[in-house]
Amino acid sequence: MDMADNDMAGIINEQAQRLFEGTVTRDQLTAADNGDFQATLWAQVGEAGLPLALLLEEAGGIALDPVQAFELIRSAAYYAVPLPLGETMLVAALLNEASEGPASLAHGQAGQASRVPYGQACSRVLVENNNGWRVFERDQITGEAGRNLAGEPRDALHLQGDGRSVERPQWLGDEGLAAVGALLRAVQMSGAMRRALDLGVAHATERKQFGRPIAAFQAVQHMLADAAVQVASASAIADNAAQAWGKEDFVVRAALAKVRTGEAASLVARVTHQVHAAMGITQEHSLHFYTRRLWSWRDEFGSDAYWAEWIGQAVCKRGGAALWPSLVAATS
Amino acid sequence: MGTFDFQNVVLPAAAEQARHDIRAFLQAELDAGRFKPHRCSWTSFDRDFSRRLGEAGFIGVTWPERYGGKDASTLTRLVITEELLAAGSPCGAHWIADRQSGPQILRHGSQRARDEILPRIARGECFFGIGMSEPNAGSDLAAVRTKASKVDGGWRIDGQKIWTTNAHQVTYMIVLARTGDAGPDRHGGLTQFIVALDSDGIDVRGISDMAGNHEFNEVFFDNCFVPDDMMVGNEGEGWTMVTGELAFERSGPDRFLSDYQLLATLVDEIGPEPDRGQAQAIGRMVAQLASLRRMSVSVAGLLDKGEQPTVQAALVKEMGTTFEQSLPEIARTIAPTEPTLLSDDRYVGALAETVLRAPSFSLRGGTREILKSMIARGLGLR
Repeated sequence: MDMADNDMAGIINEQAQRLFEGTVTRDQLTAADNGDFQATLWAQVGEAGLPLALLLEEAGGIALDPVQAFELIRSAAYYAVPLPLGETMLVAALLNEASEGPASLAHGQAGQASRVPYGQACSRVLVENNNGWRVFERDQITGEAGRNLAGEPRDALHLQGDGRSVERPQWLGDEGLAAVGALLRAVQMSGAMRRALDLGVAHATERKQFGRPIAAFQAVQHMLADAAVQVASASAIADNAAQAWGKEDFVVRAALAKVRTGEAASLVARVTHQVHAAMGITQEHSLHFYTRRLWSWRDEFGSDAYWAEWIGQAVCKRGGAALWPSLVAATS
Repeated sequence: MGTFDFQNVVLPAAAEQARHDIRAFLQAELDAGRFKPHRCSWTSFDRDFSRRLGEAGFIGVTWPERYGGKDASTLTRLVITEELLAAGSPCGAHWIADRQSGPQILRHGSQRARDEILPRIARGECFFGIGMSEPNAGSDLAAVRTKASKVDGGWRIDGQKIWTTNAHQVTYMIVLARTGDAGPDRHGGLTQFIVALDSDGIDVRGISDMAGNHEFNEVFFDNCFVPDDMMVGNEGEGWTMVTGELAFERSGPDRFLSDYQLLATLVDEIGPEPDRGQAQAIGRMVAQLASLRRMSVSVAGLLDKGEQPTVQAALVKEMGTTFEQSLPEIARTIAPTEPTLLSDDRYVGALAETVLRAPSFSLRGGTREILKSMIARGLGLR
């Protein structure tokens, strides 16, 4: 990646942040909560080229460095952008082909796929089953609406026909789309928890009790410091995995990221709610747009417990002496 | 949120070469039965180990060649230290000199101090202790009362330091002393001095810790003479230097690998077929360790560029020591045993050592409470 690429990534990221900050309104988030797909916002995101960030240039993409592309996904989560931007970006990169509209990814069996992110709104779904990967297009998809705790669509889909068979990349190992989804949610969590922390810090400095801002109390300072540690750790481990996109050790890095960000999400959500007190659990306050996402995302595409067990099994199988060298390799 | 970003740092080829070399050195030491990994930590004092390490060229590597160094980057040093720690080697003798005293002398010491002391540190022949804390100046370091008075050709030091690890075995300590008025911010009038422990007017008294080890000491100074050229930096610059040192002291792998051998032996204790709870607990610890390593390398990268990432360093230490302290608690939950010191069983012995050492992790090098307050300041809360 040379200087020009870096500048390019910086420009796209700045544009994306401006777009999210200027256009993602409370009303929009509330409407999305009620199940309305935000088509206008999707069009704007598409015009900015964001779903093409990770796609190769010869396939019509922008081909950002993976860490930069995932940074866009983190920014979107920081603003709780109610769209399958990450899903679409990753499916395009995996198929090396842009989709007409939003795309999603899921496990499926016997013509069914459950809890598909934004499934009904998608023009394309990449489905993994025991035999490999299949792509289903809009006219092959029907379904019923479902939601996660944050109100994001997690739909049950009926898939007609066999779909189009596509090759599953070697670097995803046996875990396949679960690992892709795990990193996607890990990166999103790192963005949403950063926003929750920012809201907590802002609230603590504004809210006064006993004649002074509650930020003046050491108990509050230390609680938020604990959250800051988790946010920093989550971003670092998510970047560590993003950097391995398309490489041999992607799966183990994605697993490490999902475990650590999932744990961090729990703590950050708890702390930021404690700091916001009763106001933070109202519909009126914005905190819940981020914390409900954290509580949903930590359990999607394998919870931290699931991936921790996966890592633990592998570590124990190889024994104590092998742990340090493999840890160095997975974090370099 | 800049101070909470940890950018990726790619280790240069020289650092990876150093990893290869230090692993070979450590393997040879282990093969010769020269240390027992599960019984050591980075405070374990083994003069012979440090001398062999120095002879092999692994101490003071970031310093210029004329002072016995190799002009290597901070990242090369990071690789050497993490490998020493992960292997459970007894690196306590040279640790402080290599980590902070040597670098201070290189940056702020007199020419004579550099010429005389640095090459000996690099050879593993000369060791240092830290002379900061006093009975009434712990977390509140600005309260130090040890006094240095100007005399002909040097300074006379009177006062007392405490918690100086290995003061009874090291060659020198760097003493933070009051040389003038504290001023309104209480940070003025402090100066650092290199004091040879064999000088007249020094009395070292050991303090046994609860594990029965003698690592801590009290050091008393009574009219102890220090020549002018053993002052570090200029008069009154002590506070700035001490706080600048802290990023080096706090972000290193010694803040999350102190008890790494317990994790390694725990994995072997559990064996290749863990139950679900064991596997989950191991996986969670490995993920924490992975993110800590990543953050620590990132801070080393900033230090290498000459930055002073104090808040990032505080984040690493706070998360790292919390992790280290959780390790024995998780171990005893998923692989119960009765911890026994000097046990022949590696896991049982490592657990015993760690249980007794763990409380110190969040005390030395800045208490948890001080670090959280620094992070809170970084967040703009104070």
